[in-house]
Parts: sequence; structure tokens; C-alpha cells
Amino acid sequence: MDVKQTVLSILKDISGEDLSDQMDTNLYDTALMDSMSTVQMMLQLQQQLGIDVQISEFDRSQWDTPNKIIDKVKGLVK
Amino acid sequence: MLSFEPYEDPAYFGILLLGLLPIMIMMLYGHRSRIYENIISLFFLFLTFGGPSWHEGAALIVYMVYETCLTYFYLHYRKNNNKSWVFYLTVFLAALPLATVKISQQTTSNIPSLIGFMGISYLTFRVVQTIMETRDGVLKKINWVTFLEFVLFFPTISSGPIDRYRRFEKDYRSIPKRDDYLEMLSKGIHYIFLGFLYKFILAYFFGTYLLPQVEAAAMHARGGFLDISWPLIGVMYTYSMDLFFDFAGYSLFAVGTSYVMGIKTPMNFNRPWQSHNFKEFWNRWHMSLSFWFRDYIYMRLLYTFMKNKTFKSMTTAANVTYVLNMMIMGFWHGVTWYYVTYGLFHGFGLVINDTWLKYKKKHRESIPSNWFTKGFSILLTANLVCFSFLIFSGFLNTLWFK
Repeated sequence: MDVKQTVLSILKDISGEDLSDQMDTNLYDTALMDSMSTVQMMLQLQQQLGIDVQISEFDRSQWDTPNKIIDKVKGLVK
Repeated sequence: MLSFEPYEDPAYFGILLLGLLPIMIMMLYGHRSRIYENIISLFFLFLTFGGPSWHEGAALIVYMVYETCLTYFYLHYRKNNNKSWVFYLTVFLAALPLATVKISQQTTSNIPSLIGFMGISYLTFRVVQTIMETRDGVLKKINWVTFLEFVLFFPTISSGPIDRYRRFEKDYRSIPKRDDYLEMLSKGIHYIFLGFLYKFILAYFFGTYLLPQVEAAAMHARGGFLDISWPLIGVMYTYSMDLFFDFAGYSLFAVGTSYVMGIKTPMNFNRPWQSHNFKEFWNRWHMSLSFWFRDYIYMRLLYTFMKNKTFKSMTTAANVTYVLNMMIMGFWHGVTWYYVTYGLFHGFGLVINDTWLKYKKKHRESIPSNWFTKGFSILLTANLVCFSFLIFSGFLNTLWFK
């Protein structure tokens, strides 16, 4: 499975919604995500893709839409 | 000898304007003179911490030497090692002076006047987050002059807003383009004038003029069940308005002054009274503090709990962390029953809020959402918040026990 599919499936598990048709929706403004789901997402990214994101690196404004998350994750997967 | 608390006195604003004028002119011509900015900063620190407050100034210097050494030690250590206990010990030691001041404030000891100074809380927030980001490996290099400039940045020294080192450094190392700076300048001046309205007119009216009167009436009306009376409800709303306009006014001065100096210090308030629930409220009220608690306490604790599977369900982990997070915030305000109760009130409030939001998500079709439910939730949130501020004010302590 590629990064995009993995991220979308993680987000679907956490937010309870299929986000593939809302790739530029702000997840925090729409309350689809919050601090708790962010921590869940970080742990899932670690387990499923082996990438390590530190909380300090997690600047909300850079992780607030599915597209931005996918871009960020792609940059972190080696 | 002149001595000023920041933004309290018309003369302070006069001196501020004179001090900032050269910075404005230089910025408009694309220059940033760090030497001049540092001289001005030292001058304003001296105005606040010199003269009759010299003992606070001495405590500040000792504190800064201590915290800088600690941060330097940890940065050096972290280059080749990463033991958890060293990190926890460093954070503990960094917070120790603040904790000592806060705890001893409730006793008759003279420790607070010995090691405490105005703004110690906010300086500690800046130092602790720098240590945490060092642990995460995000901060690999710290420029010590910039570190001092960041922690001691005079517009925000007494009560924030709490900036982040990396964000501050980026602004401080760059010079905005003339058009961008003109926009920052006009925003900054607008903020300062809005601050005048908030702090010197509205907070003055609610806090200095009205509050003592309703408080006296509430004391006079004691005797009923829990001493509840109409004037007490008046105290609740009047205090809440005073708290908001006083602190939002101060924050506007601090942010406005920062903008004039070409630094985009984060905002502290974003229309908190239109929040639909507690969660939203904390994204709009004293934001630089609540985001600090979110990023450096809530998310970290929750991450640790979830990773170690401390609790069976994730919801339990999140709820426990909410209560812990807000309780720590309560203790930070001061070790008194009313600050801690205020923290717990918001902690449990967030738990109830979150449970409701989850329930609502599941049963979206059967729960109405219209102008009435939205208006009702705004009204309910604002009133619960005002009630929590009545606890926070400590007036109940006077009402019941004095």
C-alpha cells in the first residue's frame, strides 16, 4: 500500500470518516481531528510506516489537511 | 528613580514611543540594529527591574544564569546521549525556582521576595519548552545571545504571550519587506490603541469602578444558602469582564509592541466569548498558554500513556490527561483551593464536553443543529466560563472564610 492510501486509512480509522474526497479540508477547524486524534495518528504512523515524528515537530499549521499530512509523511518516509 | 510596571502608566507609553521610533525608522529603511534593540531592551528591563525593584532585578539575573547554564548543559548532554531521567531531572530543575516561589507564596516565608520576580512564570515556560524541543532533537543549536533575547524579550516579559524559540529566532533574524512592515506597523498601532480601550476604559470601569461596589454588596448580603445572592452573581460577571479586558488589553500592548519591533508574537485571545464549548474556548482564551499546555504537557503525557498502554481504553487515557493537564494549570496559578478547583472544573468540563462531542458524532442524524442550539451552546459556555472565573477570583474564599 502506498503512503497516500495508508495515511487515508489511518485518518479514516481515527476520524471515522472517509476523507479521500476532502483532501484540502482543514481537519482541526472542522473538528475532525483534535489533540487526542493527533497523538493517535502519530502512533499509527510510527507503527504502520515506521516514521518517527516528534511532538515538537508537529506544527499544526503544516499538518492540518489530508494533502499536507501526506506530503509531510512522504518527506519522512525513506 | 523611575520605575514602571510594563504598560501601566501613560509615561511608560511615552518612553516606549521614543524608544521604538528609531526602530520604526530603521525597519522602514530595511535595517535591524540588534545593538540598538538590545540597548532598548536592557533599558526597559532596567525601568521595570531597577530602582526600588532592584531586588527583583538581582533575582532575575541569578535566575537567568541558572537557567542558561541548565539549558546549555542539557543541549551539550543531548548531543551524544538521551536518557529519560536526565531529561526529567533537567525539566524538574528548570521548573524548581518557579515551583518554590508558587508553593512558598502560601506560607509566611520570605522566599518569594528573595528569589521571585515579575514574569518568572513566563520565563520558565520559555526555558522549559526550549529544553523539551532539545530533547526531541528539533533544536540542535541554540544561539545564546538569541536565547537571552528570546527569554528576556521586554514587550512580553511580565505576562507573555509565550512565543516559541524557533519562531522568534526566525523573525529576529530577518527584516520584513517595507510593505510587510508597514502592515505590521499599522496592525501593531491598532492593537495598542485597542489595548487602551480594553485596559484603561473597560477594565477600569469593570475592575476599579464597579467590582468593589458589587463585592461590598455581596459581602453585605451574606447569610443565605452558601451566601448566594444577586450581588454575588453581579461579582461573577463583573469580575469576568474585568479579567478579560485587563488581560486582553495587556496582551494587545505586548503583541502590538512586538509587531512594531518586527516580531510576530502570537495572539492571546480570539473572541473567546463566541465559543460553542469548552474545547473551543481553550482554543480562543489565553491561547499562548493553553497551546503551551497542549503541546508540552497534554500531548506528551497522552503520547506516553498511549505508547505504554497505561490505560485500557484510549478514551480513558485522554480523559485522565485532560484532568491532569488542567489541574497542573490550576496549580501553576497558585497553590490555593480556588485555583486548583478552577483547574479541575475545566478538566472535568473538557471530559464531559469530549464525551458529548463523541456521542453527537455517532448520533448526528437524531440531534438537531440550528441557530437555537448554536446560540444556546454559546450562552451556556459563556456562563459556565464566568462561573469558573468566580471560583478563580478567590472571592468565594473571602465570602465564605473571612
